[in-house]
Amino acid sequence: MAVKRLEKSFMVLLLVIGGVLMMVPFIWMIGSSFKPENEFTIIPPTIIPHHPTFDNYRNLFIKLEFLTYLENTLVIVLFSFAGMFLNAMAGYAFAKFDFPGKNKFYYLILATMMIPGQVTMIPTYLIINKLNLVNTMAGIVLPGLVGAFGIFLFRQFMSTIPIDLLEAARLDGAGELRIFFQLIVPVVKPVFAVQGILTFIGAWNSFLWPLIIANDERLYTLSVGLSLLKGQYGTEFGLQMAGAAFMVVPIIIIFIFFQKHIIEGYTISGIK
Amino acid sequence: MKHLASQWNKHKYPYLFIAPAVVLLTVFSIIPIVIALVISFTNMDLMGLADYSNIKGVGLSNYINLFKDPVFLKSIYNTAFYVFIGVPLVVAAALGIALLLNYGTSWLFKSFRVVYYMPSITNIVAVAVVWGYLYNGTYGLFNYILSWFGLPAQQWLQDPTLAKLSLILLAFWKAIGLNMIIFLAALQGIPRSYYEAAEIDGATGWRKLRYITIPLLGFATFFVVITTLIGWIQFFEEPLVMTKGGPLNATMSMALFIYNNGFQLSNFGYAAAGSFVLFIIIILATLAQFKIQKQEVEY
Repeated sequence: MAVKRLEKSFMVLLLVIGGVLMMVPFIWMIGSSFKPENEFTIIPPTIIPHHPTFDNYRNLFIKLEFLTYLENTLVIVLFSFAGMFLNAMAGYAFAKFDFPGKNKFYYLILATMMIPGQVTMIPTYLIINKLNLVNTMAGIVLPGLVGAFGIFLFRQFMSTIPIDLLEAARLDGAGELRIFFQLIVPVVKPVFAVQGILTFIGAWNSFLWPLIIANDERLYTLSVGLSLLKGQYGTEFGLQMAGAAFMVVPIIIIFIFFQKHIIEGYTISGIK
Repeated sequence: MKHLASQWNKHKYPYLFIAPAVVLLTVFSIIPIVIALVISFTNMDLMGLADYSNIKGVGLSNYINLFKDPVFLKSIYNTAFYVFIGVPLVVAAALGIALLLNYGTSWLFKSFRVVYYMPSITNIVAVAVVWGYLYNGTYGLFNYILSWFGLPAQQWLQDPTLAKLSLILLAFWKAIGLNMIIFLAALQGIPRSYYEAAEIDGATGWRKLRYITIPLLGFATFFVVITTLIGWIQFFEEPLVMTKGGPLNATMSMALFIYNNGFQLSNFGYAAAGSFVLFIIIILATLAQFKIQKQEVEY
């Protein structure tokens, strides 16, 4: 028993040391975001600022257009939720209906998972350009609206719904759309929770495509704005750190609230 | 015609349900791959974008030029460097941490799950900003820590070899979480009874790990190795936002080379050819993995 306890203490120690190391960039970021400009050149560097200030955060909104960037980012988040429902509908059709060409369509969708982003990036830009959607929100949102992986996950979960349930609803005269929204969506709520969080994180962090498509500052997302800040205010560490914290902290808070669902989501999605 | 109409009526709903997804994926994933293949045999650039009559077929010359381009060759070397160091590092660490986290069930273990996963959900630009400051030659934390041990300050992002390793460290920190979760999910799927049976037979901790856990993690390991491998072959965002491929192209990856040629220099044809080389490498690496993968263990 003593050996067992020693072993456990050792494991916990390892875990804590590794965890603290993983946290260093976060601690450094939060601490630095409250430092006044003259505290960045002090050696030894301070982890907790001696004279904490909110100026860096204030400047994000006064000197820079972070409010606009935030709005754009939230619009993208909203659209990506609509995209999630399109994924869910497709997944539902593949799970619970039989129709000619079903397998062909499904394989076509799965095949898109294997295509690297670098290959489609340039042609997609050309298509968006041809559609006159460069520098529009539609051009930013449309190419990533649906995704094969999401469709795949929804299909996996929805195929376990008993067919009797659907038949009963149909006998009661419910329309197909109504069945989807009032029956299927509530039944697979846990999947929507997981997918919803992942969709939110993905949309919130979206960087490369908005960078390519948006030339106008009014369309910049938070991450594009932050990369601009990194280039133009490269020496203003305080402003940069506050910008980074402004992007990272909300995601972490949301994640901590929902982390149980994400981790369980992976367990039930059958990746074992 | 009548047959078609009745077919449509019968299957209208599933078609309507899949239509948005199929249309969008066709327009933004399937058609682009055809376009990419076509323009990779042309000299398409900004002039071609303005007026399609400026586009000329150039046969294989984009592909031939690629392999004469010292920057492209360097990017292949760098990508191989990233893959050979990054993949084993991420897979081993993710597995190790998953095993540690699976050791207990108290709140401590549950909280550290979150801690290790956190970097995975952070934004790459924010990460670049924070790590850029940590790596700063004068005011950075890393050089200060080195000074505790009397070690000289390092030029983390300016030295050609060290810059590659610095990017790997950052990407490693960011990649552990997701892979760890996949391993953890797999570990929790292993029936307790296997371990109990082994304990009755007198198996020790190490032997249980060697003969039960590792073999039963076969599929998860395979999945993690494949996705990590593909991810590192496409290594892109970290060099883009941290070093822009510098110093002297020392951190230039293949994906970044394609991006630069496509969106900075507007050599669409040349970049498309590069992207197909990358695609072929990914397919070959994936096929090799499937070949190496032994028989899946059922439980």
